[in-house]
Amino acid sequence: MLAHLSILQVVVPLMAAPLCLFLNRSKLVWLFALLVCAFTFVNSIFLLQQVMSSGTIIYQLGGWDAPWGIEYRIDELNALLLLIISAVGTIVLFAAHTSIQKELPESRHTLFYSLYLLSITGMFGIVSTGDVFNVFVFLEISSLSGYALIALGKDRRALWAAYQYLIMGTIGATFILIGIGLLYQMTGTLNMADLANRLAEVNQTRTVFAAFTFLIVGICLKLALFPLHLWLPNAYAYAPSIVTAFLAATATKVAVYLLIRFTYTVFGIEFSFSILPLQNLFIILGLVGIFAASTAAIYKTNVKHIFAYSSIAQVGYMIIGYAINTTTGLMATLLHLFNHALMKSALFLALGAVMYRIGSVQLSQFQGLGRQMPLTMAAIVIGGLSLIGVPLTVGFISKWYLLLAVIEAGMWPVAVLLLLGSLLAVLYVWRIVETAYFKPPLPGREAVQEAPWTFLAPIWILVLANIYFGIDTRLSVQVAQAASQSLFGINP
Amino acid sequence: MIAIAIVRTKDLLAVVMLTGIYGLLSASFFVVLDAVDVAFTEAAVGAGISGLLMLAAITMTGRTEAPKRHKPLLALLVVFVTGGMLIYGTLDMPYFGSFEAPVHQHVAPRYINDSMQEVGVPNIVTSVLASYRAFDTLGEVAVIFTAGIGVLSLLSLPQRRRSYRLDESKKELMHEQHMVVRIVSKTLIPFILLFALYVQFHGDFGPGGGFQAGVIFAAAIILYAMLFGLDTAKRVFNQTLIQLIAAIGLLLYASVGVVSLFSGVNYLDYNVLADDPVAGQHLGILLIELGVGCTVAAVMIIIFFNFVGRREAQQDANEQNSTELNNSHELKSTELKSTELNNTKQNNREGE
Repeated sequence: MLAHLSILQVVVPLMAAPLCLFLNRSKLVWLFALLVCAFTFVNSIFLLQQVMSSGTIIYQLGGWDAPWGIEYRIDELNALLLLIISAVGTIVLFAAHTSIQKELPESRHTLFYSLYLLSITGMFGIVSTGDVFNVFVFLEISSLSGYALIALGKDRRALWAAYQYLIMGTIGATFILIGIGLLYQMTGTLNMADLANRLAEVNQTRTVFAAFTFLIVGICLKLALFPLHLWLPNAYAYAPSIVTAFLAATATKVAVYLLIRFTYTVFGIEFSFSILPLQNLFIILGLVGIFAASTAAIYKTNVKHIFAYSSIAQVGYMIIGYAINTTTGLMATLLHLFNHALMKSALFLALGAVMYRIGSVQLSQFQGLGRQMPLTMAAIVIGGLSLIGVPLTVGFISKWYLLLAVIEAGMWPVAVLLLLGSLLAVLYVWRIVETAYFKPPLPGREAVQEAPWTFLAPIWILVLANIYFGIDTRLSVQVAQAASQSLFGINP
Repeated sequence: MIAIAIVRTKDLLAVVMLTGIYGLLSASFFVVLDAVDVAFTEAAVGAGISGLLMLAAITMTGRTEAPKRHKPLLALLVVFVTGGMLIYGTLDMPYFGSFEAPVHQHVAPRYINDSMQEVGVPNIVTSVLASYRAFDTLGEVAVIFTAGIGVLSLLSLPQRRRSYRLDESKKELMHEQHMVVRIVSKTLIPFILLFALYVQFHGDFGPGGGFQAGVIFAAAIILYAMLFGLDTAKRVFNQTLIQLIAAIGLLLYASVGVVSLFSGVNYLDYNVLADDPVAGQHLGILLIELGVGCTVAAVMIIIFFNFVGRREAQQDANEQNSTELNNSHELKSTELKSTELNNTKQNNREGE
């Protein structure tokens, strides 16, 4: 069975999703889904180990050779992404049973878990496959289930938010499909490795240029890169808490993966960074994104909105590391993928706990919560510190490597701006801390209890992971380094 | 021309009909390009079922387009840039139908020359879809399943006991009027179902397969539901049953792969399913096509039933409101409502 680990990662949750409908008991389905997610988590650890010790795993589906059939190709980058998604997926799901009791009607629970599993299947599929059309198919699975999950939000505005996301996401997916179609037309293949070989001959043609542009724009829509981010804040703010915590930690990461995969592996670094001024374009968009989104976050009154805008800003950091186009830069991006997933899932899950207790995440409602929900609020504070990039948290590690990369590349102004951007994060995190700790509890509200342990356990696992990986960076740095070196074709 | 007409027309009913024509035209376009399988799908989906679903949606939203308040100049610009980019992209494409085009030179020759020995299915499209790239097709089935679950999770109503008395008399009246349509379609439906089965099992040899068959099958059921009322159709296919059929279809497909895994070969490798590799391929394709057919048909039915169920619930609610107002039996009805509420509360408690 060890040879089949890569396919099991995708097929097990894929088969579990329809099986949910047979169980049809909220708690039973939850346990089942949790078990499946935990399986994928353990599986992804094995995969990572296997990749780190013996190199890229290649798996031919249906037993057909690569360009004719579809192949799975797991290298360090894929394994890292699989680990992030399955870890967050499992931990967040742990709180789901408690959370959706208050946010969803009983009749939708089974469907919710089914959609959740489909969404995670889609993401696994995207980051496992070595075939560009297969990417599109699984992108559809993850997006469709994502739209439905967001639309399940209790607030009526969730429907409108999901609709906006649907339109933007569909345009993005269509662009990606057009890009893939054009590539197929010029090379006659859909396999990534094969494409990389065959594109070299035809990469001066206008068709390949058009394909490249369509793919980049399509992926950036999914990535919520400024100025294509408009769908994100409302989608995150009005979705059920669990969905927000899961999607915020994973969805944009998958898009970053696609961007890296297409530019580095399929088109090749030289082509990607010479045909369009990608480097300058992305650094500028990243910086503007950081400042615009962080400023917007400062003025929002819904805490979910605040962190959603902060997510857009964090995408800016990732894209800058990527655009520097050095091993250190890429490494910083990959580290930030991992670290940001930890921070945002912890933060949004803590907001889910607040939602569970007081039924709202308006900033004004946070008054006095510092005393009443001390553990939840402490988690938000630590998560916030991590977001700012304070030493001893994961946020510091990724910012540190990003600064190193920027300075290495001699871009001093960018380094200064990055630091200034972090200051803005201090402001919006401080607003929450101030309201929660230094304002008296709202008059006329009964004392709020601390969140139940089903919330606290996953939140604190994530928070402790935030601190642990901020101190002991061996695992994350090692994997990120190996991944970025293999993308640059350097053999360690 | 039709595309422009679709954009310009304000009457949504006309728009739906035009999209049907558009679908049919693109289907014939695909036939001209010798892509009969795609044409078949387009005819069944684009010209057939999607129109039905849009009609169902219109009955809920109203017939005319809302007047626009702003001129979307930015959107127009984006459309022009995209269109320009597409045209720019075609400039260096290989000539249409050219033998040297990479599409015909790289992977295609093996499909054309060897698929008969390797897969043993005369329809090359089927052998590519269901064997060489079977995993993509599994993904597509999962997409359809996701769509079905998505619709269910957003639109499904809690199952309720309806007041049949009132409904039935109303429906009888409505359906009496369509006597001719009813009788004609009653005789047609068995043939449609038979044709669906033919398409399902003949997919190996001619154009067709699970996707098209599923859609045709669903179309027959939907036709029945439209003419004889949702409740009559639901007596045959109740909500839970269709959901399970959709799930079983996907599971059947995925399990075929699991069987290969347990036989010690890669996922979805059909060669080991029977003693002879080609027979194994046949069996595998037959099974997965069946899975595709089940899921597609069930999901289409789920989507339609839920749309229409929503609408009927809306109508019922409206009628109840209006009767309440007209007859000024408000007292009575509130009493009724409160007892109902109590009942449901009790039920809930019992359920817990």
